[in-house]
Amino acid sequence: MLAQLREQILAGSAEEYLSRLFDRIDRSKLNAFTTLDRENALGQAREFDRSPRKGLMAGIPIAIKDGISTMGIETTCSSRILKGYIPPYDAHVIERLKAEGAIIMGKTNMDEFAMGTSTETSAFGPTRNPWDLQRVPGGSSGGSAACVAAGEAPCSLGSDTGGSVRCPASFCGVVGLKPTYGLVSRYGLIAYANSLEQIGPITRTAEDSAFLLDVIAGHDPRDSTSAPAAAKGRYLDGLDGGVKDLLIGVPDEYFGEGVDPMVEKAVWDSVSVLEGLGATWQRVSLPHTRYALATYYIIAMSECSSNLARFDGLRYGRRPGDDKDWHTTFSEIRSAGFGPEAKRRILLGTYALSAGYYGRYYLKALQVRTLIKQDFERALEKVDLLASATMPFPAFRIGERISDPLSLYMADIFTVPVNLAGVPAISIPCGFADGLPIGLQLIGRPFQESLLLRAAQAYQATTPHHLRTPEVA
Amino acid sequence: MITSKDVDHISWLASIKLGEDELEQFVAQFNSILEYFHELDGVDTEGVEPTYRVVDLANIFRDDSVKASLSQEAALKNAPKREEGYFKSPRIV
Repeated sequence: MLAQLREQILAGSAEEYLSRLFDRIDRSKLNAFTTLDRENALGQAREFDRSPRKGLMAGIPIAIKDGISTMGIETTCSSRILKGYIPPYDAHVIERLKAEGAIIMGKTNMDEFAMGTSTETSAFGPTRNPWDLQRVPGGSSGGSAACVAAGEAPCSLGSDTGGSVRCPASFCGVVGLKPTYGLVSRYGLIAYANSLEQIGPITRTAEDSAFLLDVIAGHDPRDSTSAPAAAKGRYLDGLDGGVKDLLIGVPDEYFGEGVDPMVEKAVWDSVSVLEGLGATWQRVSLPHTRYALATYYIIAMSECSSNLARFDGLRYGRRPGDDKDWHTTFSEIRSAGFGPEAKRRILLGTYALSAGYYGRYYLKALQVRTLIKQDFERALEKVDLLASATMPFPAFRIGERISDPLSLYMADIFTVPVNLAGVPAISIPCGFADGLPIGLQLIGRPFQESLLLRAAQAYQATTPHHLRTPEVA
Repeated sequence: MITSKDVDHISWLASIKLGEDELEQFVAQFNSILEYFHELDGVDTEGVEPTYRVVDLANIFRDDSVKASLSQEAALKNAPKREEGYFKSPRIV
């Protein structure tokens, strides 16, 4: 679709296409965007129409999660504490997009500092699910998934720390890819839990996911965790190779209690579809799955308590009135600037790292992380990829879970193990439950995104789920 | 059990001032979340190495060469208070 869109824009008008998207956003009830860079974007589109330039993304608009730094465009992580912050530099992925001719439309709504599963913790109000406005779009990249599902943008970028690309992709019926840790540079991604997160594409199809990954993947010396093996591009090559040679593992621990029966059925149906295309499958076990949530939250909260220490109103952010002493000034700014979930995670992380508790919580979690990582290594020695539901249930109602943090954390059970292990995973639409999209998660070996995309492409070539669009204005 | 005194101390460590209501709410929530975390107590991790990072990289060096960087003006642009080309902090002593 993006490849065809590029040709259509070249033959037609980038300005006309982009104007139609902005008109749609103006009429939208979704609240998917925090900032629109309308004048600049339309100016770039006009310039493109006057003298078309080359590039993989030439003339194609894209929406960017508000946690990714965009030079000259306000970047807030949907937090009051960064209101008004205008980055003086671009993230690596933004440099790559611009180099290929993409047009940045604006920034999308998210859970504050990417902490959430519903986009309800945004300081700018929740984003709504385009399939049912009373429901959440998932999170934390809720705006990025909702705008693509509703046709407000042809593609977007999100970031995935514990499922933040895959969860909203699942709830909104689009494709979301979490690359292998180290494949995409985190330079310019505002850190929440740096040992877990990756930037990933959100698109309508597996082909478009490969298309965008071709643009953003690759080694960057400015991110010290960027893998030298992170080869640039060529994910579109071999995309149509089919699944005949693939052995799929279905993890026992990802089924049963707490999983919506309609979701389970859709996942088994998908495995049957892949089997019909020539793949084989077998059951596998990831025995430490039940410890993944506690492990994830201890590590993520600990890392965030350190990463978010930089928000103090000194180099950026607001600091109105006369200063008091050092500690009082910063404590008051942080109290007023952070929302409840950010405070909860910073405080719990501070506790987990504090004297006397480090060994019990943080170090213990890092050890269990090793066991979880080994689960994946063992399973993926036997099979080529794993198949499961992305989320245990379809999108829930706005307000349904937000007052009980622990119940909200439980929703991440199938997505967080992937980040702990650092392996790649993709969520693709695989059916509907009472009109709400269901996501199929495919998990692969490190740096084998090609294989995941090939399986996703084969699935989409024979199923209609990704072609359904919500009836939104 | 974590008490309001504990949460008050953590909030001081984290430099986040909490209101009375917020503090009481956090005490209850933190206790239920920590209780859930204690699920890990049952895992045998004797002799298991911790995983700090999943990529097998250590000590990434670069050449110590001069390159273009942010201008002073660009670096200071978002600072709410500045003076003579510096960030201006609150008084320390």
